[in-house]
Amino acid sequence: MMRSRLWLAVACLLATMGSAVAQKQGGTLRVTHRDNPPSASVLEEATISTLMPFMAVFNNLVVFDPATRENRLDRVVPDLATSWALTDDDRTLTFQLRDGVKWHDGKPFTSADVKCTFDMLSGKVASKMRKNPHKTWWFNVKDIATDGDNKVVFHLTDPQPSIMALFAAGFSPIYPCHVPAAEMRTHPIGTGPFKFVEFKQNESIKLVRNPDYWKPGRPYLDAIEYTIIPNRATMLLAMATGKFDLTFTSDLTPELMKSLQEQAPETQCVLQPTGTQGNLLVNRERPPFDNEQIRRAMVLSIDRKAFSDILSRGIFDVGGVDLPPPEGRWGWSKEFMETVPGYGADVEKSRDEGRRIMKSLGYGPDNMLPLKVSTRNIPDYRDAAVILIDHLKSVYIQAELEPLDSSVWYARLARKDFSVGMNIQGISIDDPDATFFENYLCGSERNYTSYCNADLEKKFHEQSQMKDLDARRKLVWDIDKTLQMDAARPVVFHAKAATCWWPRVHGINIAMNTIYNHWRFEDVWLDQ
Amino acid sequence: MLDYILRRLALMVLTLFGASVAIFLLLRIVPGNIADILFDSAGMIDPAEKQQIIKDLGLDLPLVEQYARWIGGLAHGDLGYSYVSEKPVLDEILPRIPITARLAGLALLFAVCTGVPFGVISAVRQNSWLDYILRVFSLLFLSMPSFWLGLLVLMAFVNWFGILPIYDKAPPTWGAFALMLGVPAATVGLRSSALIMRLTRSSMLEVLRQDYVRTARSKGLSEGAVTFVHALRNAVLPVITTIGIETAFLFGGLIVTETVFNIPGVARFLVEAIRWRDYPMVQNLVMFIAVIVVMVNLIVDIAYMFVDPRIRLRA
Repeated sequence: MMRSRLWLAVACLLATMGSAVAQKQGGTLRVTHRDNPPSASVLEEATISTLMPFMAVFNNLVVFDPATRENRLDRVVPDLATSWALTDDDRTLTFQLRDGVKWHDGKPFTSADVKCTFDMLSGKVASKMRKNPHKTWWFNVKDIATDGDNKVVFHLTDPQPSIMALFAAGFSPIYPCHVPAAEMRTHPIGTGPFKFVEFKQNESIKLVRNPDYWKPGRPYLDAIEYTIIPNRATMLLAMATGKFDLTFTSDLTPELMKSLQEQAPETQCVLQPTGTQGNLLVNRERPPFDNEQIRRAMVLSIDRKAFSDILSRGIFDVGGVDLPPPEGRWGWSKEFMETVPGYGADVEKSRDEGRRIMKSLGYGPDNMLPLKVSTRNIPDYRDAAVILIDHLKSVYIQAELEPLDSSVWYARLARKDFSVGMNIQGISIDDPDATFFENYLCGSERNYTSYCNADLEKKFHEQSQMKDLDARRKLVWDIDKTLQMDAARPVVFHAKAATCWWPRVHGINIAMNTIYNHWRFEDVWLDQ
Repeated sequence: MLDYILRRLALMVLTLFGASVAIFLLLRIVPGNIADILFDSAGMIDPAEKQQIIKDLGLDLPLVEQYARWIGGLAHGDLGYSYVSEKPVLDEILPRIPITARLAGLALLFAVCTGVPFGVISAVRQNSWLDYILRVFSLLFLSMPSFWLGLLVLMAFVNWFGILPIYDKAPPTWGAFALMLGVPAATVGLRSSALIMRLTRSSMLEVLRQDYVRTARSKGLSEGAVTFVHALRNAVLPVITTIGIETAFLFGGLIVTETVFNIPGVARFLVEAIRWRDYPMVQNLVMFIAVIVVMVNLIVDIAYMFVDPRIRLRA
């Protein structure tokens, strides 16, 4: 008995040692990239095209534990901050910063860099950033103060437990104060595990190992090379022949994933929520859509399961604003969803109700309401818009597709120059503080439909201040239900797609509830 | 002769001026501008930030002033800065030109080297099985869209040989380098080759029926000398014209081929620059292409003089 225990202990020890020494140093990770990133500045963009390749250049104050698959508040771990503390009133948050960290250009990292980053992000100081897409995240930051080089203090207007999730988001890296914003767009400087080498427009991005990285022994890779391959068929063939180690995140539809695994059965793929959701935009300022009843009838015409079946063979999720479980933390349960009008299993019953509403307004099979459904002229948007047009017919709405060039789409949304639109948007963090404030706050730039509900806005703030997760979730579900019933921006589907890699790549840990994180590659190594 | 060349050069300058105005105005007529598109990736537009971008890029200036700035810069070799990469346009374009030039040159060489001989064979062996096969293939290549052909070629290479001849900065072997250059060039050149073949064939058929060809044969010249010295030289004039025109059309095919074979050349870059409404980049790239096309046509005009003595004498 004693001997078998000894053997077991030795075996465990060897296994542990084996895994500890198994990681190999060196090699270049070759990754495909779907398109040309608009710039290299993570803070100025809201697209994964920028975040995935450039996240490895930076560090955050804190991160979601990269070893776990779920990005959640109780899994926030130190990064540039070694510890943090809240005062009793939950309004003062102090971060103790890591000592001896250097920027890639050799200058020391200090608390001034943290202050300057968040002053810029919260709009407290004028900056040379061209855009600030996540400004609404920092609505609660009153001011930021430094206490020596290694301590920074955030004063909050109200308690906000979720602010730690925002600090841990991929889009919240710390920028160096001494580097101009224009330079960060073309030649980013960070403290991260990889240094920027070059970004050739429409061609490639190259990062190399930071030998002075503050985390001992990391990163394992010598370099990461992204090759921009806009053509999906070429990318698939290149991946299948082993020219690349890893695909761009969520670049493969379920069909493409199947095709790749048929051609290269050794490849490993993870199908995950992309963080993008399809939603219906109704311009509530433009008649007749200022009529709440018409908006309601439109919502009742939607068969969400049909969207999922047609677009993804039933893989896309159905839910409200927040990502549905099991991947999402804040989305409705199946039982709760059944109670939301338009989400029930009996679509025909909802459509009967929609037709009744439209008839009461004078519309019918012989007098259909004509409208244009505007959307971006790219396949993902167009396909969804065509399905929507078909569904609208069921409530006496005769819609026509208006495909718009990408250059015109957001300009039209900003001018509110549309009646009905089919939109697909990214939600970069699975937390209501990001989703509600970014998309439904009165006056937010991303609130395309100008939805403004003062009572609900109070509830946005209320949920944001709640510590009790279960109570917060209950309130979040109710807010989400109200948003869907008000047709603020009815959510039609939550998309899913796959990321694939060859077995020689180790240490990839894809988050299950976001694609906008876990791309620092410091634990990734190549077995070759 | 010098007068002829000078007249052509003057026409060339006039053409380029017209092209510059057309490019400049057409770009600004197209809906949307860089300021809107820069916000595309942010999913929102902040009116104040948008206004600042427009001001920073000088897009609020009168059109005449914007045009004068561009042309003035061009005259001094200053092509301006890309709105997207914020780097000098010249730095962005220069490394890409050799890639596209090599591809276009090889494609044209392939088109001429296959199109002309096959056209001659097809004419000489009129209505034979060889003629039928060549005509069927030429029709097939003429009607096949480049992107489809490109993908078929890629898939064939992957399935049959397990290799993918897409662009590689550092090809591991000379063989890989040759494939990387040759396969896309052949793909893009096939359409031109088919066109040149059909044109050579019809032109040759016409010439082969001329009295002077019969005279050459009756003099006892070999069939090769009759075909290549007497007939082909007279039949090649419309073919030279087509080669000039095809150079312009080649850029259309290059856009698709560069995308499918993932070649970081000028053509693919131009499409992306248009998508972004990156005016300095598009203006200068289109002007560059216009200069190439005009130059090739000038060379074709000069080549006429050498091939056809009647033009030389008239000039």
